Amino acid sequence: MAKAPALPSGFELPLEPRLPRIGSIDQVAVEERAAALARRSIKREAKRFALDMAVRMMDLTTLEGQDTPGKIAALTSKAIRPDPADASVPSVAAVCVYPNLVPAALERVRGSSVKVASVATAFPSGQSPTQVKVAEVREVVDMGAHEVDMVIDRGAFLSGRYAKVYDEIVQVKDACGEAHLKVILEVGELGTYDNVRRASLLAMAAGADFIKTSTGKLPQAATLPVTLVMLEAIRDVYHETGRKIGMKPAGGIRQAKQAVQYLVQLYETLGAEWLTPDLYRLGASTLLNDVLMQIRKEKTGRYQSPDYFTID
Amino acid sequence: MTDLERKQDRSPVPSGWDYAPAPEARDIVTLEERYGVYVGGEFVEPRSGEHLATVSPSSEEQLAEVAQAGPEDVDLAVGAARDAFENGWSALAPSERAKYLFRIARILQERSREFAVLESLDGGKPIKESRDVDLPLSAAHFFYYAGWADKLEYAFPNRSPRPVGVAGQIIPWNFPLLMLSWKIAPALAAGNTVVLKPAETTPLTALLFADVLRQAELPPGVVNIVTGDGRTGAELVKHPGVDKIAFTGSTEVGKAIQRELAGSGKRLTLELGGKAANIIFDDAALDQAVEGIVNGIYFNQGHVCCAGSRLLVQESIYEPVIEKLKRRLTTLRVGDPLDKNTDVGAINSKQQLEKIEELVASGEEEGAEIYQPPCRLPEKGYWFVPTVFTNVAQSYRIAQEEIFGPVLSVLTFRTPDEAVEKANNTPYGLSAGVWTEKGSRILSMANRLEAGVVWANTYNRFDPTSPFGGYKESGFGREGGLHGLEPYLELDESEVRG
Repeated sequence: MAKAPALPSGFELPLEPRLPRIGSIDQVAVEERAAALARRSIKREAKRFALDMAVRMMDLTTLEGQDTPGKIAALTSKAIRPDPADASVPSVAAVCVYPNLVPAALERVRGSSVKVASVATAFPSGQSPTQVKVAEVREVVDMGAHEVDMVIDRGAFLSGRYAKVYDEIVQVKDACGEAHLKVILEVGELGTYDNVRRASLLAMAAGADFIKTSTGKLPQAATLPVTLVMLEAIRDVYHETGRKIGMKPAGGIRQAKQAVQYLVQLYETLGAEWLTPDLYRLGASTLLNDVLMQIRKEKTGRYQSPDYFTID
Repeated sequence: MTDLERKQDRSPVPSGWDYAPAPEARDIVTLEERYGVYVGGEFVEPRSGEHLATVSPSSEEQLAEVAQAGPEDVDLAVGAARDAFENGWSALAPSERAKYLFRIARILQERSREFAVLESLDGGKPIKESRDVDLPLSAAHFFYYAGWADKLEYAFPNRSPRPVGVAGQIIPWNFPLLMLSWKIAPALAAGNTVVLKPAETTPLTALLFADVLRQAELPPGVVNIVTGDGRTGAELVKHPGVDKIAFTGSTEVGKAIQRELAGSGKRLTLELGGKAANIIFDDAALDQAVEGIVNGIYFNQGHVCCAGSRLLVQESIYEPVIEKLKRRLTTLRVGDPLDKNTDVGAINSKQQLEKIEELVASGEEEGAEIYQPPCRLPEKGYWFVPTVFTNVAQSYRIAQEEIFGPVLSVLTFRTPDEAVEKANNTPYGLSAGVWTEKGSRILSMANRLEAGVVWANTYNRFDPTSPFGGYKESGFGREGGLHGLEPYLELDESEVRG
């Protein structure tokens, strides 16, 4: 297996057999636990707190072949000022775009707290030579992207070439420089929770700042149980090394209610320390308006027509 | 960008996230001030003239007064049951009996919220458990046994199944309605009539169940309900008109019943205490095993006869398991049973709380190390913080005696043989849990553990199709499944057998 660089936190491969244990996941039990957490009843001020947090943690995303600077302009305006009628609604954490749209996005977010994240490394398949992927990452970082969302090489992972996956993440991390690295596992292609856990530990060992469920390009994207598996892996790494890794479920989270469920799961698995956009993001393209609608409902006691929320 | 667009910076990291109270409304339940005994299809004033109060253990508020049924009341109830048995019920076409049971099951489903609220109010268990476990399972038991009612000939071929007669059933306070269902459903399916004695501290759902029977138009006398303390139960046990006793409760009382019934010819099934081992092997899926430990011992405040009260952890993973378990305990929400987010509710009674406190004190005295998460308990009511004891020796009382509360004793083992030896080293034998990713080990452990139920990679999972019952001092007889019909049937010793 590849020789790992000594990370500042001292978390190295090969993984010691026990610490952190790669371990395994019981499918039935983890799905039950996730379902139980999803039944928490979050009301009134607790709900307002969650909705506000969901906005602050959101990575507003557009990853389409048809994306243009005009589309990005609309998206970033929404990101900075999600509800034009309510100044108390905070900005989202970041916008997530394709590399070519990074300059347009950067220009629009200047002066705000909103970050620009770019997907890279032959997103979404990751099926390109490593040097091409690394070059792409250098490019987006040079353009000024604050965050890089890479995909792992699932082909290598599923054929057991873990070292290749690992090495690639290490090289991408190196190319990132100051930019934050989110590593997308594309859980829908990994097949088992055991694989999700293994890939999570691998990505964290290789230097990921965040681990992320999905590209959003597959029907099987983030789910509560798969996110729970990743949160538990993060918890184990934190316990062993003190390193705090972030988590980003992405894809399939469309309703405010789901967002609250994800946050409950986060809070009860990793605790209050992780309730920050520095350590948790929700990747979503259509979630924001439902959250805004709920926020307004909490404030006014009434639901408003979707026509009152801008489509960007 | 405009000033409006310039965003306030992020707010600081919150120290916590207080979930707002989310109480289930209790006005769905209407209670009488005072209840009589339910005999021959109606509530009548107890001949004893005595009543006792039932309180909510989470607030100590008196909910109602119920009858303290005396010998005369029990006699009337048994008489009504005998009358119903001989004049109609036992001769009714089995498919007609099934219809009543199906009806009861459906009514329980329709009124499940009402029953769930009352169960939590009277017994102290969290609403999420009464709503998601007690009520669905209660209805499921009636549905399941309704299906058997007209298939007894197929269940016991060539053995001419016939009902036993009048069944006296005494149930505990930990799952009041569910235990009622476990008892009544098979008894009626087999064609018997019933006198039920609910637990002293939790009689209310049984009394509300009488209203379900009325709605279902069950013939009078088929089910009779006499409330009261242990004296009422004793009267029922010794009544000559009873053909069968089914008891769920403590081993101590179970032994007394067995002594009382010796030589009487009455049938008896006992479902008694337990001190189950929950065994975690080093290859188990750890985070899920920790959930299983929590569910095993803190489910229903540990008031579960099959609770996984002895944790046996393989020594090589002792530290991570205990670390994970302690962290998990800090997220348990103890409090108002009616709050939908409550994980651990109130201790059922003052008496039970004192018993738990006494045993926990003995554990500390004997040298075990106690851990309790920081926890704010309500001022009124009976509460006990979820507790873990480490450094427990097999000889300590907390490793031997049934605590019946949210208290876990942790022991370690090195090899599968040692795990089996320690697990079986108890007078009880009701249940056990095994956590491992290795299928062959699950099978070999299940064969070697002296327990009526062995759960693998799960715990406290119940289903009406699955028989439940104990070895050794955990009792005899099985409830649930096909096995659960047998105690309620006279069966010919078949010639075609064996």
